[in-house]
Amino acid sequence: MAQVSSIAEEQATTPLSASKSVLLRISRFNPETDESNKFMEFSVPYQKWTTVLEAILDVKKHFDHSVAVRYSCRQATCGSCGMLINGKPRLACFTKISELNSNVVTVEPMNNFPVIRDLAVKFERLFDTHQKIKPYLIRDDTELESDEKEFLQSPEELENFIQFANCIKCGLCNSACPTMTTDSSFVGPQALAQAYRYVADSRDKGKDSRLDIIDESHGIWRCHFAGSCSQVCPKGVDPAMGIQFLRGYLLGFRS
Amino acid sequence: MTQDENKEGIKGMANPGRYGIERIAYLLMRLTGLGLLGYFIAHVYETSNILRGRMGWDEFLALTQTTEGHIFLVLVIGMCVFHTGNGIRIMLGHGGVGVGKPARPDYPYDPASQNYRHKIGIYSSIVLAAVAMMYGMAVMFGE
Amino acid sequence: MKESTIMKIHYGTALASVGLVAVHILMRLTTGFSDSLSYENVLANYQSIPYVIMLELILILLAVHGFNGLRVILLELKQGRVYEKAVSYGCVVGMIVLIGYGSNTIIQTNMGMI
Repeated sequence: MAQVSSIAEEQATTPLSASKSVLLRISRFNPETDESNKFMEFSVPYQKWTTVLEAILDVKKHFDHSVAVRYSCRQATCGSCGMLINGKPRLACFTKISELNSNVVTVEPMNNFPVIRDLAVKFERLFDTHQKIKPYLIRDDTELESDEKEFLQSPEELENFIQFANCIKCGLCNSACPTMTTDSSFVGPQALAQAYRYVADSRDKGKDSRLDIIDESHGIWRCHFAGSCSQVCPKGVDPAMGIQFLRGYLLGFRS
Repeated sequence: MTQDENKEGIKGMANPGRYGIERIAYLLMRLTGLGLLGYFIAHVYETSNILRGRMGWDEFLALTQTTEGHIFLVLVIGMCVFHTGNGIRIMLGHGGVGVGKPARPDYPYDPASQNYRHKIGIYSSIVLAAVAMMYGMAVMFGE
Repeated sequence: MKESTIMKIHYGTALASVGLVAVHILMRLTTGFSDSLSYENVLANYQSIPYVIMLELILILLAVHGFNGLRVILLELKQGRVYEKAVSYGCVVGMIVLIGYGSNTIIQTNMGMI
């Protein structure tokens, strides 16, 4: 049964001055002891600028410190606090409660990632697939050996991939992807977008080896351009665009 | 919830409400594809009745020339037109056509690949399917 | 076969079948929908060599496209070495059986073996 607690009524150590409150429903689940998840409910005061992460941290501070949540930078840079907020994958630190236009905010762990506890999920598979596509420049020479001190690149060449270099590996795209809802072997939009990031880099010479890696039965062809990955990306990476360009190389539209 | 991959499963794939028209088109594409394959297999079987001579053909044709049979065919027409229209849109997208150009993203980070061209493509496919279904109804029920 | 080759075939069969299926459907409308399905009309269609070639092409193109589409959906639903092999071979068998069954109808009718 859901447990309702009101922080506003608690003897808080920090004074809270807010006129509005929201019902925060937090999914609680410990895979070592629980059969299924339960929701705990907290009435949390909020301001116009209060983020979902701040509300969760308020709950931890004032009522239940055992709520498990991963976070770090609080400014959409580290990619740690991805979770389902009202059913959609979002960064908790980048989502203001006031923008959700709801009196109830439900937070759950991201789908398509194994749950460690409550809102914290395992990222091993995302990092594995990221590593699989060789996320580094591949060349025979290095800057150190070259006559020039660095590999030169024009601003136009930079524009081709800089958008995709914004990826913070938060995993929201993998959580939103319809293929990943059932396909455990799919490379995923995060890794595919990063494959394009390096393939499109004029300094890189590893295009063929990367295309070989993603041209398999659970590779790039399992993307069907539903675009959910791009819709949830908090950094404007637009994985769907990168994946279609990447596919263009395999279809012979690009060289 | 168990200590597995926490996958949404078919329920998540088939619940397109959260992600707009592109996700609905994704689901419709799958359903129409499966429906059309089913119809195609049935159609190949149906037409094989011609090997049974005039009687066999007329007997089987009588089964399909009913109101239910016509409604089923109208649905097939709709599935076929949507699958074709949306399929061409997806193929163009897969080739990198109409998915925008890479650029430095600015807040609020509207994805360029989810642009109006593709939305128009999806809505056009739905409208075309509806028009084709109406035409099919006029042809089949008008006789 | 590489997945990119399979998917190129998938797109190619889709585009080719769109044109041919359009002609196939338009043929139903030239003489009125019901009349075009009369035994004599259908038999006459089957005995026209260009039409028969078109039917055979449609049969092959749609069987390849359809069963590959099914393979893709099934591969995404569940994973595992045995399952994936079963799906891939199962779809190839289904494709061959359907083409064989349809071709049998086309050839026998064309040759007047009814």
